[in-house]
Amino acid sequence: MGKKRVIPGFGLSFGITVFWLGIIILIPLSALFIKAAGLGPAEWWKILTSARVLAAAKLTFGASAAAAAVSTVLGLLVAWVLVRYQFPGRRILDAIVDLPFALPTAVAGITLTSIYAPTGWIGKYLADMGIQGAYSPFGVFIALTFIGFPFVVRTVQPVMEDMGLELEEASAILGAGRWTTFRRVIFPVLIPALITGFTLAFARAIGEYGSVIFISGNLPMKTEILPLLIVAQLEQVKYEAAAVIASGMLLVSFFLLFLINLLQRRLNWQTR
Amino acid sequence: MSISIQSIHKTFGSYTALDNISLEVPDGSLTALLGPSGSGKTTLLRIVAGLEFADPGSGHVQFHGEDVTDIPAGQRGVGFVFQHYALFKHMTVAENIAFGLTVLPSSKRPAKKDIDDRVNELLGLVKLDGLGKRRPHELSGGQRQRVALARALAIRPKVLLLDEPFGALDAQVRKDLRRWLRIFHDEIGLTTLFVTHDQEEALELADQVVVMANSRIEQVGPPQQVYDHPETPFVIRFLGNVNAIKDSRNPEAPIFVRPHDVGILFAAEADPATDRLARVQHLFAAGPVAKLSLRLEDGQFLDAELSRQQLDELGLDVGDPVAVRMQGASRFE
Repeated sequence: MGKKRVIPGFGLSFGITVFWLGIIILIPLSALFIKAAGLGPAEWWKILTSARVLAAAKLTFGASAAAAAVSTVLGLLVAWVLVRYQFPGRRILDAIVDLPFALPTAVAGITLTSIYAPTGWIGKYLADMGIQGAYSPFGVFIALTFIGFPFVVRTVQPVMEDMGLELEEASAILGAGRWTTFRRVIFPVLIPALITGFTLAFARAIGEYGSVIFISGNLPMKTEILPLLIVAQLEQVKYEAAAVIASGMLLVSFFLLFLINLLQRRLNWQTR
Repeated sequence: MSISIQSIHKTFGSYTALDNISLEVPDGSLTALLGPSGSGKTTLLRIVAGLEFADPGSGHVQFHGEDVTDIPAGQRGVGFVFQHYALFKHMTVAENIAFGLTVLPSSKRPAKKDIDDRVNELLGLVKLDGLGKRRPHELSGGQRQRVALARALAIRPKVLLLDEPFGALDAQVRKDLRRWLRIFHDEIGLTTLFVTHDQEEALELADQVVVMANSRIEQVGPPQQVYDHPETPFVIRFLGNVNAIKDSRNPEAPIFVRPHDVGILFAAEADPATDRLARVQHLFAAGPVAKLSLRLEDGQFLDAELSRQQLDELGLDVGDPVAVRMQGASRFE
């Protein structure tokens, strides 16, 4: 006899969970690995360590990490403004934050490209300063920042709303200045949410395809990202090679996300 | 250190939160700001703390004669305890208590050892010895409240301000902590101002009670004086159960009489000059006092309280006629 629970149906809901995760995530991923397993370890190694794959991996993970980091700072700022200040148009601004979620990424890519291209509105000023906007690793970074920062805003915002003003007031009345209050009282409370936001933005950026292929220019060894490299393999009917690159990417992503998760667990335990 | 509040006015948009408030809080006193929600009591406390500022040009707040009206909270040297404690969850109890000392500029900051000593001293003062390494979520509500108090005291404040200090606690803890705070206050003698909506708490704990309603002060005085000599209908109603009985002499201004001040006699003993006739409508005697609901001849209801002994002597039952004598009644004309 099992214990009576307030909400019944554990068996059923657990069953649905496992079934759903199975058909949506696990079976497709298994299929991917099975396909990749068509090649032996030596070939795996050869594909994954080829200069083109390594360059693409470096750009994908590097630009994603940089974009997620910048999104975290930017997202924190936007969330702060949305939560703490009342101003005309606040609701509209709040809604605009979600646009990158909804906008087809190709549209975002094309728009960003036209703006940041050396002849574009912003790109020409960047060009004057000697920075190439579109068609460069920097362009990839811009696109990834665009799609990443709403994740940070939406994870940090509720925590900030929940925090209220009392903690800040308590800190201020004990003599702490604004910066000390932020550093010692507000920031530690926000860290878990910031890490979650960073993780989501990072994961999203690694998998991003649509916006990047327009702004990057897709020069092998220079501005080519892993997802594009995979598509390139498919177009050449090298299905196994595509599956190997995808598997490798998946494993690295999983490892990184797992690390971040561990870090977060430790922090949560400390600051609960 | 005494607190002097002089003609403070505070508006939020079109809403007046404090309407020309003046108040003296004597040095070393324990003063209660008592009132229903929306009466302005918390706003007044926050203005004293420097968390809120009075309307420009409206008045002054002084600590022991020194004008602090425009001084920000962090430099006023006040201890403030929030209703929901506002403890820093990511810090230990000791780090919470030490916070006010560790944020001092390095020139004024005590040595680490002195801070540790001060924290231990405060932990002892609030009876939390040995709990310095815990985190706030590992403590009970009453313990958290005392951590908040120790944190406020660490900076050796000139005055102590408490916002609904027992509001979030359950009844028993509330009572214990209330008694403890009274003793604690008498030991350290720090001028203390606290906000409450609980009249029993204010009357039991404070030396001076300030009754507030609708952004104004209704009455100020020692608890017994405020209770026995209320100056307005609001005060008499707010400080405890009271009957408001209308009579033919002035229907606009009812007579106020507390249930325990209602004298009950046999109907035959009624003195027509002072007494009114009534019938027992309902009787509830399970408890230390018997509670009676009486119906006067004109149909008005009146609550009365008797000791069990008096009830037995009168031998009353539902439906019996009685004479009612209203002792210590107040009328505001």
